[in-house]
Amino acid sequence: MTNRRHFISQSAAIAATLAFPLVGGAQPKSIKVGVLHPVTGALAYSGQQCRLGAEMAIEDINKAGGIKSMGGAKIEAMLGDAQSQPQAGSAEVEKMNEAGVAAVLGAYASAICLATTQTAAKYNLPHVVDVGVADQIVERGLKNTFRFGPGYKKSTEVAMANLLVLNKAAGNPAKSVMIIHEESLFGTGTAQLLSRELPGYGFEVKEVVKHANPTRDFNNIVLRMKSINPDIVIPANYYNEYALLVRTMQQQKVQPKAIFSVLGGAASSYKFVKEFPDAANGIIDCNHWFNPKDKRAQDLRKRVEAKGQFFSYEVFMTYASMWLLADAIERAKSADRAAITDALASSTFSDHFMPYGPTKFVNGQNTGAQPLMTQVWKNDIKVIVPREYREIEPVFPLKA
Amino acid sequence: MFDPGILFSSVLNGLTTGAVYALIALGLTLIYGVLHIINFAHGASLMLALYAVYFLKDRLGIDPYLALPLVVPGMFVLGYALQRVVINRAGHGKDENILLATLGIAIVMENLALIFFKSDTRNIDTAYSLATVAIGPAMIAVPKLVAFAGALVVSGLLFWIMGRTDLGRAIRAVAKEKEGAKLMGIDVDHVYAMCFGIGLACLGAAACFLLPAYYVNPQVGGGFVLVAFTIVVLGGMGSFVGALIGGFLIGIVESLGGLYLGESLGQIGIFVIFIAVVLFKPEGLFGARA
Repeated sequence: MTNRRHFISQSAAIAATLAFPLVGGAQPKSIKVGVLHPVTGALAYSGQQCRLGAEMAIEDINKAGGIKSMGGAKIEAMLGDAQSQPQAGSAEVEKMNEAGVAAVLGAYASAICLATTQTAAKYNLPHVVDVGVADQIVERGLKNTFRFGPGYKKSTEVAMANLLVLNKAAGNPAKSVMIIHEESLFGTGTAQLLSRELPGYGFEVKEVVKHANPTRDFNNIVLRMKSINPDIVIPANYYNEYALLVRTMQQQKVQPKAIFSVLGGAASSYKFVKEFPDAANGIIDCNHWFNPKDKRAQDLRKRVEAKGQFFSYEVFMTYASMWLLADAIERAKSADRAAITDALASSTFSDHFMPYGPTKFVNGQNTGAQPLMTQVWKNDIKVIVPREYREIEPVFPLKA
Repeated sequence: MFDPGILFSSVLNGLTTGAVYALIALGLTLIYGVLHIINFAHGASLMLALYAVYFLKDRLGIDPYLALPLVVPGMFVLGYALQRVVINRAGHGKDENILLATLGIAIVMENLALIFFKSDTRNIDTAYSLATVAIGPAMIAVPKLVAFAGALVVSGLLFWIMGRTDLGRAIRAVAKEKEGAKLMGIDVDHVYAMCFGIGLACLGAAACFLLPAYYVNPQVGGGFVLVAFTIVVLGGMGSFVGALIGGFLIGIVESLGGLYLGESLGQIGIFVIFIAVVLFKPEGLFGARA
């Protein structure tokens, strides 16, 4: 019995491989890719922005002829919802694996990425991380995990070095900081790193405050801030809380010398700038940002805005990450998971609008990735550091 | 540690939050006082009311405060019908059955909300959401001041109903002596349903005052009910004055707790009070001695 079954299944497999070239030649097959984001729950806005970026990238890739090395095979998205929870994200990866996706792109939030990459690793399923800035994501030795953008360690280092430069150039007006961060991996990790490193740069960390997601009342935190009176306020949280915190500061008339954020949820967001121009004005952020001089980024921004959406970092990060994945599939010449993983690992992808240069993965992290420093000025977001991308001179401190 | 101006701000902030807690607790204590059950569906009902306010604003553009005349009667009708059609029948006159019936309703409501409204956290934006008024050194958000005033008006109304109307007299009679009230020709089932209706109507008012400065998702009720339950215990089961003063006290404790202990530990004071009351003064501040 066993032998006969074995025989039947084997011959079926052979028949399938024999039949494949015929089918493949007649009509380019599609390659299923999991697109996994928290499109409902507390992170719904960001998740939906990510999904928009991924879908626009897939549309563009397919329009440009699909995967040419596979006869113009089209990329087909299998959409997943992580419901803003790691376990839900994990369950979606299981589903995507069952459905036979070639790779997964996602899953925005660090805590969710940590779970989804791990689940994908069980099936040797390549997983491109679009945002997920916590460095643990790429520090666990998972062979399937690739992050295109910078992590929070890199971002925090760049931010601190630049803060020091800005402060020195202004005659060292700022001496103390207060850090307000959200409770999950991203906020806690960033805050820990900042409070450990900032004293070495000559700043006194007066207070580190943690808050839940969602928080709908920042009055107590802002009252504490009023009493401590820090020179610089550093928020590390997601959009809703970031916006509410800064608005509450405005309500309570708290005006530090700078609101300086590392990967701030709303700091370099066109949505925030448009909705609350006064609260946003002058905010400095060290965050994912596109090369402002690249025309493709400006064109994409116009297309996103034409859809009535904001060109947020979620959109362009996921857009660029999808192109990275498509480039790997192109070179892998197959939908085979191991081949795509190898192609990602050896990627030198450079045809993109991020300020990263050619891609080079070391332990799953793109070592070329770097954040840019932006400042909200006159209802727009402008790059202030580094010099090669600079659009305006930094304004620091904000008031005398 | 903090200067008086900041303490003052925090206390005022707590008072305004406490007013909304009081509104929620008033409904809970009314239902408890008369029906002698804890309404487990209280949180879920608040959640429904918040969604009603949300959709009225989001779909029809009705300001949350102008939604009061729609949401309050709507919640009253829901409460009346729930008690008459579901709870009363499922209860068969036994308290533990009634308790379970309300628990069942809560689970059904929350899961229906999850299906129809999804788990998204939603909030509305109004022109006055971020407006503030200066009271001495404190900056108080306008929606919170409105909620404070609204809570006082609604509780005044409730006191008037209970003290001065026939319905109030009937409710008090049923609460004290059900059989006797029945013999005097009071329709006990009707009074029960009226109580449930009024209890939920309080939630309707609370929802209208809450949403401009808060959010709604299917799980939002849980946190409020825990606090409201503590207030009812603190104030004395079934006592209106107790619920009102307890609400303010808990609001202040929470706010000062948040200021001194940080956001994560801020609520600890509430539950310390709960345990202390149960241990040392189980009848509550204004409750009748059992």
